[in-house]
Amino acid sequence: MVEWSLIVYCGIITFFSRYLMIAILKKEMFTDRIREVLSYVPSAIFPAIIFPAIFLDNSGDLLLEANPKIFAAIIAILVGLITKNVIATIFSGLISYWFLIFIIFN
Amino acid sequence: MSNRFKIFFKGVTDVSPLMIPVVPFGIIFGVLAIDLGLSALTTMAMSIIIFGGASQIVFLQLFSAGASSLVILSSVGAVNSRHLLYGAVLSEHMSDFKMTWKIIISYFLVDQAFAVTNPYLKKSNDKDKVFHSFGAGATCWTVWQTTTLIGIFLGSIIPEKLGLSFAVPLTFLALLVDDFRKLINVIVIIASGFIATIGYEVIPFKAYVIVAAVSGLLLAMILTKFKGLNNG
Repeated sequence: MVEWSLIVYCGIITFFSRYLMIAILKKEMFTDRIREVLSYVPSAIFPAIIFPAIFLDNSGDLLLEANPKIFAAIIAILVGLITKNVIATIFSGLISYWFLIFIIFN
Repeated sequence: MSNRFKIFFKGVTDVSPLMIPVVPFGIIFGVLAIDLGLSALTTMAMSIIIFGGASQIVFLQLFSAGASSLVILSSVGAVNSRHLLYGAVLSEHMSDFKMTWKIIISYFLVDQAFAVTNPYLKKSNDKDKVFHSFGAGATCWTVWQTTTLIGIFLGSIIPEKLGLSFAVPLTFLALLVDDFRKLINVIVIIASGFIATIGYEVIPFKAYVIVAAVSGLLLAMILTKFKGLNNG
């Protein structure tokens, strides 16, 4: 059971991070250096979601051999590099994953 | 048509193309939440109260892994820290807005709304320019709630063996597509991913997201410093 208070707190954090940017933070508070480093936030945090979901199995063990998710992710990355298209990246990965689990690894 | 409505509508049309990738993202969130055993009501409440795709997915992932409230909160905080970057550019264009508007826009301003609202505010001197942000934000909100709802319905239909949870890493992967070509980003991505994967079982309290994120950002600080020295 998800605690409602936890959802509300996460909502407050999310709201406040946006309120900070709209109402409080000023351009002068940020040096170019800080802005440069902050621009790496997505690259620093999203892989922490991506990698475990690809390389670990359901019980949290490393799965490197015969792991269809690795192949599908590589295809998605290649499609992403070529097309720079978000939808194409997601669906190429998903379709190749289904192809692998239902036809090749089946 | 009143001027305010015209500006509101401009916000709607400006942001609409950016809604295409949001559609699968919202549906995936709904499906995944139902798969993880959340009720339809809780799932919908998350989309309304939190209203941030990345925050909601991180919440789900950590919650299903059994992370504590503190770890979930700090990880959601880390996900949101990218908004601080926007603050550097946005607040000066919004300084004339009324307090109430600032609060409303703060709730609505997801990444996609920011992407169109920032260039508009930069060039517009219209006294009603806040309606552009409002239109863009309200569009994002409507699309997100609708797709969450679709996901909730599909979640009870889609068979689990389709492995739709794999769409989560793919969605985040897609958000990083522009960074794949930059060397420092690629190094940071691999380092953060490696630490999270190895740390998943090792780091206590499921704090692997926050540990990997902080390490990745420290690495980015070092590498950009190094690059700056080379160029200078």
